Amino acid sequence: MTFHSILFDKRSFQKEATEQPVFFTDLNLDQVIDAITAHKQEYNLKPFYWTPLRDVETIYYRHEVMRDLEGETLMAHIKAFAEKLVIVRRYLGMVEKLDSHYHKLGWILESVLLYCEAMNHLLQGLGQVELRSRGFLAFHEYVTAYVHSRTFQVLQKEAQKVKSGLSNVKYSVIIQDGRFSVRKYEGETDYSVEVLQVFEKFKQGTPNSYLSDLHKGSGMNHIEAKILEFVALLYPKPFAALDQFCANHSQFIDDTIRIFDREIQFYVAYLDFIADVKYKGLNFCYPQVGASREVYDYDGFDLALAQALTLTEKRVVCNDFYLKDPERIIVVTGPNQGGKTTFARTFGQLHYLASIGCPVPGREARLFLFDQIYAHFERQEDIRNLRGKLEDDVARIHDILIHASTDSILIMNEIFASTTLQDAVLLSKAIMTRVMELDALCVWVTFIDELSSLSEKTVSMVSTVLPENPAMRTFKIIRKPADGLAYALSLAEKHRLTYKQIKERIQP
Amino acid sequence: MKVFLMHPDRDFKLLGEREQRFPYRYVFPISTTQAALVQDLELDTLLGVMAQGDEFLFDMAKQAIFSSPDSPEAICYRQAVLKDCLKNPAIVREIYRIPIEAIENKRGGWLSILSRYPSGILSSAVQMLEMSVIQLRKLKHIADEYAEKFESEGFRRFFAMIQQELTDEYFAEVEEHLKILKFKHGVLVSAELGNGNEGRNYVLRKTNYDNGNWIKRLFPGTARQGRCAKKSPHYSCTLHPRDDAGARALGELKDRGVNLVANAAGQSADHIDSFFNILRLELAFYIGCLNLSERLAELGEPIAFPDPAPASERQHSFTGLYDVALVLTMKKKVMGNNVNADGKDLMIITGANQGGKSTFLRSIGLAQLMMQCGIFVPAESFSANVCMGLFTHYKREEDATMTSGKFDEELDRMSAIIDHIKPDAMVLFNESFAATNEREGSEIARQIVRALLEKRVKVCYVTHLYELASGFYNQQMENAIFLRADRQRSFRLIEAQPLQTSFGADLYTKIFN
Repeated sequence: MTFHSILFDKRSFQKEATEQPVFFTDLNLDQVIDAITAHKQEYNLKPFYWTPLRDVETIYYRHEVMRDLEGETLMAHIKAFAEKLVIVRRYLGMVEKLDSHYHKLGWILESVLLYCEAMNHLLQGLGQVELRSRGFLAFHEYVTAYVHSRTFQVLQKEAQKVKSGLSNVKYSVIIQDGRFSVRKYEGETDYSVEVLQVFEKFKQGTPNSYLSDLHKGSGMNHIEAKILEFVALLYPKPFAALDQFCANHSQFIDDTIRIFDREIQFYVAYLDFIADVKYKGLNFCYPQVGASREVYDYDGFDLALAQALTLTEKRVVCNDFYLKDPERIIVVTGPNQGGKTTFARTFGQLHYLASIGCPVPGREARLFLFDQIYAHFERQEDIRNLRGKLEDDVARIHDILIHASTDSILIMNEIFASTTLQDAVLLSKAIMTRVMELDALCVWVTFIDELSSLSEKTVSMVSTVLPENPAMRTFKIIRKPADGLAYALSLAEKHRLTYKQIKERIQP
Repeated sequence: MKVFLMHPDRDFKLLGEREQRFPYRYVFPISTTQAALVQDLELDTLLGVMAQGDEFLFDMAKQAIFSSPDSPEAICYRQAVLKDCLKNPAIVREIYRIPIEAIENKRGGWLSILSRYPSGILSSAVQMLEMSVIQLRKLKHIADEYAEKFESEGFRRFFAMIQQELTDEYFAEVEEHLKILKFKHGVLVSAELGNGNEGRNYVLRKTNYDNGNWIKRLFPGTARQGRCAKKSPHYSCTLHPRDDAGARALGELKDRGVNLVANAAGQSADHIDSFFNILRLELAFYIGCLNLSERLAELGEPIAFPDPAPASERQHSFTGLYDVALVLTMKKKVMGNNVNADGKDLMIITGANQGGKSTFLRSIGLAQLMMQCGIFVPAESFSANVCMGLFTHYKREEDATMTSGKFDEELDRMSAIIDHIKPDAMVLFNESFAATNEREGSEIARQIVRALLEKRVKVCYVTHLYELASGFYNQQMENAIFLRADRQRSFRLIEAQPLQTSFGADLYTKIFN
């Protein structure tokens, strides 16, 4: 079994996207991916999450790896390994910016030592767990062979020897204005106490402090570099050994290891992220993915919303949906602020997350492998776009319908809400007719009830309220006929914005 | 020493404090209603032109806008100072350069390395004090030379104060202190090699040689500058005299013990520094105004000093009022509007999409803000009463924080406005309450507007809710004015009753076929 990539079984390698898909913002997937990658910036993971797969086999390959990583022991080993490599790279990145010869070499030596330690621990770790995925089994074989190779073994032994020689050096610097001198340390006593006493009288009890924090980060100026040069002259042997070592081992990180280190973070980041969400009692599952349009998801939820609520006491409301042939379009109506938009987003998010091979929100799911998602959400007016808002909306929808195929997923959210009622009905019906002709999967959020019963392809779902208190939303979206009730005025009252309430609230 | 160019009787007080970390923005807590105002009026566009890429000017203009005085007299005090600035732009910019130079010297000199090199703090603090004296002398010179050209109360007081406070005796005293703040010392420090061969465990050591002699033994007088001489068992190096960085680095190693001395010098420098800061703060607003006036002049747009009326009155009349944000974005002249809404509490704007409604509404809002903080306004003429607070309520994109639905979110923002609003304030509505259907949206809006008017709040409302607009029109109120956008009239608004319109069918045919 040859190891190829932890993200792709060999056949299906796919080029990384360089830009976030256009519908990301509307579906709040940008927030999800931002949150997932927030602590992993240096890996540049976003392209992985921006690249939906078109191949079911690769999706299942990822499911296997993800399941292995759900084991805590393996996850801990992978994370420990990653942390060490982060530091290795930080050292090497620093080396490129350094000028002083032995300073550079000193840091290269540190990075080699750490790299060797990381590899040994990783091998040990992989041996301790029972791996099942094709991806990890192949990777384990690869690491075993690499760590036992002569290349690696020589690297490790020499690094340790050189380091021990340098640790024994001790020297003194003598400084006057504009000049300094270096020699071996000769056992002089601590002088700082006396110096402190001399300057005691300058002390003042004023608020602004210019006392320096003398803790020094890594780095070296040209004076320190010069000092190091002199130290090397005083102690030539250990430095010669260092020169020899670095000459022999300029490129020491294995390519396959380097690529693995980045790719595995795709899984680590996602699992870390959903762990916090699961903590709220929410479910994730590995969905069936394929060409069936009879999709379903039970106890699904908006991942962006769940993430935003992780640190609060608020409960996340889960919703179900299913489509049976010939149903294609879910028309969501009902009171505002009842979770309609959230439902539409959830539908889009679930399909997208499934397409990158990740577990999705819900207990059980079957999802459709789409060719593209198109979302139309209202845009704010833009001073730079002087086309009329309505014209702009119609033009954008036209653009979507030109590009969409039968295999696309469409999410329409409250389109034409800012035009006259008359126009909104006319335009919505005309456009929905076109979507039905296309036969694509679609979620359509609207306040126009009659859209929900246009044909056998439409399914009506309604956001619901508590029967005893119409101002209380349940955030449950259920299958039932649109009931024409709008709750705007009860909402105004809740916000204390009726005529009478405002009169009472404004006081001089 | 008080600057007092923004207010006749007090310092320009900042809302919030300067951020401690670079790039040192002057942020202040902004309420959600204020944030909405910034966004809805494209205030950043205006501020951006005032700033001309200078973040400090940007921040100060923003500070000024959000701390406007509310009396016509205070506004006129600033207008007078600003008129002086427009008359003597070169002199004002020269004065402004004085604190800027002082601050740049300070940054370049020592603040950037504050936390790392105590020896740097010490020598640079001295340098900065020396620089400060030079800048103060320049300021005195300008006051002596040009004070006569200025007429405003603000500038006349400022120049008189400079001439009185910055006497020769004062300069002599400062320079005397600078001589004392020198420090020379030689030290011995021991160390080991840590990670990356960097020195670690630095310990200041007492030399085993007799005091004074050991330095001579290590640095024989014949050593040539810039060259390193080997003298077993020592390796010595003398820095090139212009190697300032090297001197600082040596200082870092050397003066781990002079931390306290550096501290005292830094504090002395602070005293003069704070005066420059205030001068810069108070002039920044006027420099921003100069930048804006110059940009508008380039674009051929007029400016006018507005005539502010007390908040209790109802005035709003103007000619050639244009949307300054649009002009600055499009970089070309636009058509202005003429309206006489004196005595009106309610202004309802209806009409065609793309007819210039939003632009008009923004021009109303921006002119009000500019007038109230003392800037000229983008118009040929303009008079209005001062408002006790300006609020915007615009239709928004889906709430990115997902705490509420669209309509709920609109009501939530409206409620936040009601929390802050007082009589004699003004609210600008742009297509508000359209996130539900037309009938319900109109009803809710009607109730809100009616209540606001009865509480003496001025309302400007852009809407396509025909039911709302026609409802108010049919009441034939004396204190209401109805404007309509008409595409045929090239973005100019006319006084006219609302019309019911429908473009949907035309648009669909045009785009889909």
